[in-house]
Amino acid sequence: MDLRDSPAEAEFRTRFRAWLAENNPGLPVSSTDDEYWARQAEWHTALYDAGFFGLSWPSRFGGHDLPPVCEVILDEELAAAGAPPRPSLGYLVQGITRHGSDAIQERFLPGLISGRERWCQGFSEPDAGSDLAALRTTATRDGDEYVINGHKIWTSYSDVADWCFLLARTDPAVPKHKGLSAFAVPMHQPGIEQRPLRMINGITTEFGQVLFDGARVAAENMIGEPGEGWRVAMTIVSHEREPGELGYVARYAKTVRELEEAVRADPGAFRSDQREAVAWAYVQAEMLRLHVRRRLSERLDGIHHGPGGSVDKLLMTWVEQTVGTAALAVAGSRAVVEPDDVALKIYLYSRAQSVMGGTSQIQKNIIATRILGLPAA
Amino acid sequence: MDARDTPEQAELRRTARQLARELGPRTVADLDDGKRIERLALAVRDAGWLELRHDGGDGGPLASGVEAAIIADALGESVADVAFAGPVLAADLARRAGVSASDGAVVAFSADLTDAAVVPGPAPATRLYAVDCATGSPNAVYVLVPEGEGYRLAHAQVDGASDGADLTRRIRPLPAEAPLVAVPHQSRLLTRADLDSWAALGLSLTSADLIGLMRGVLDLSVAYAAERRQYGVPIGSFQAVQHLLAEAHCLVEGAFSVALQASWAVDHLGPDEARTAGRVAKAYCARAARTVCETAVQVHGGMGNTWECIVHVYLRRALLSSRWFGDDGEQLRQLQRTRLGVADGPS
Repeated sequence: MDLRDSPAEAEFRTRFRAWLAENNPGLPVSSTDDEYWARQAEWHTALYDAGFFGLSWPSRFGGHDLPPVCEVILDEELAAAGAPPRPSLGYLVQGITRHGSDAIQERFLPGLISGRERWCQGFSEPDAGSDLAALRTTATRDGDEYVINGHKIWTSYSDVADWCFLLARTDPAVPKHKGLSAFAVPMHQPGIEQRPLRMINGITTEFGQVLFDGARVAAENMIGEPGEGWRVAMTIVSHEREPGELGYVARYAKTVRELEEAVRADPGAFRSDQREAVAWAYVQAEMLRLHVRRRLSERLDGIHHGPGGSVDKLLMTWVEQTVGTAALAVAGSRAVVEPDDVALKIYLYSRAQSVMGGTSQIQKNIIATRILGLPAA
Repeated sequence: MDARDTPEQAELRRTARQLARELGPRTVADLDDGKRIERLALAVRDAGWLELRHDGGDGGPLASGVEAAIIADALGESVADVAFAGPVLAADLARRAGVSASDGAVVAFSADLTDAAVVPGPAPATRLYAVDCATGSPNAVYVLVPEGEGYRLAHAQVDGASDGADLTRRIRPLPAEAPLVAVPHQSRLLTRADLDSWAALGLSLTSADLIGLMRGVLDLSVAYAAERRQYGVPIGSFQAVQHLLAEAHCLVEGAFSVALQASWAVDHLGPDEARTAGRVAKAYCARAARTVCETAVQVHGGMGNTWECIVHVYLRRALLSSRWFGDDGEQLRQLQRTRLGVADGPS
């Protein structure tokens, strides 16, 4: 074990820090403001153009073939500078890389990584949340195309997406897990209707509902084989649960840093329980940063697409909700008497973390049966 | 940056776990098996583990804080009833003072077990505690005596029985007015920085012990839940039980990740940073261990509340490891002081 930066890592850290000093867009954290989402594409492109995005991904698709731990170095520097986190789309890259044909990878990975083409993920439906395999959206073969009909919900960034990583039923005659297939569906076409959703903290630009009514997708845009959709989805959600893929370490550390600054400015103005909440949030955020360092180090032995993501997801959820609670504690009455207080937004948004990407209860089922080996309920 | 074990560290981890599993207690009754305890103590000594923090010839230790934590973790996992952290910490302190550690020596701690005991006079005015004493008696116990800006080492002898909460490690009170003898040939005064680095080792070793305890007691609980049947099925098939165990598993994983940094920091970061890394790890591990051990008692149900079920041996040991070098509350108080600029700690 050696937790020092190697010479190459130190060089990378220095180079990124210098760039960031000049190019920090000073956006709020993603959870608090529509402005973050409005300018997220710009931030993605800026990172990519400067050579600081997709660090550990293949260079032939626009990545940099760097060791996986460089991703956490990036997160650490973003947090230290109070900069916004990197865009979270590593899990889609993992899904396409693992299941997509060469042609699919060549067609879609460069645009996904560069940010020139934006993506959303069409998995959940009103009646298929935790029970994802019960989804009812259909993709019906029609010549060289499939025709899509159905209703997706809780779809992040659907309103700005060029493509949807869609999970749909292609064979209603087989058991529910076996009749699903995955597609890259173009979003700019008739037959797709967007209905924005407002989150509990008031954000309107993060997620929405998408209605497919006779939308079309070329058969060659299928990702994986017909009927492989469930396995594709499981690869994606297992990585969607990993903070190392999501870059959330930077988001939490940025908030904790701001809370610490608020207390340091006038420590006597805060009760000991408020200060302890901040200290505990620091401990939790540090735990996650170090956990991601460990997980990304383990990737040097090869990427594992397994149930370990559920462990990471629960740890990440506890961190986010601890940080959210600390923000609320530090704000005191300000959070309830002022309109749209930032701390209130951080706190309210943190409640989603135990639902999105699979509820905490589902993660615990997975850990109990697939890691601890307990008998299924 | 690579958080993985080196091949040598992986081998040490494997060996230490195997030894602790073979010679550690499997049942509460085993705690009274003197022959086994003797074999365990000899095996730990013969492996050279008590000498890890002795002078390697250049003033630095023979092995790093990472190796020491690997062994503490392995011993905790099997609630191995053998002195390890106590003698290793005494040797580390002696090395920093430029003296060779007396065999079997341990360090005296303040009554709250948070800091090494500092005694200004010829004898302590209050009762102090020697923690993790080797079997056999008497033990030499180090205390710190202030001199100028630093500290000299003095020692006292302790004797007598141990009856602390932990059934696997000995605590011996050092009576008020016990006479102190200066340790001869101390080549340098211990500085505040030395004590910070030393405390970083203490925080790392107690955190590692807690991680081992959590993993060990969780393994027992998972096995019990798979075996114990109620309503005609294993209780481990109930989601209510599964979710408790799944949460505990996550806490062990998070604790392991955060403590890796603390064990590495002991020898690779400056005293302040190393101690802070230790504080972060200890705060997390102490809270996690309490939850995991309490979960284990709960999952064992009625059996878990009996003396003969070994689960309480883990919980009791966790209580001592949490308290030793400061529990989560103490670490958070200190983090408030250093990170939030709270002058004297919160009221």
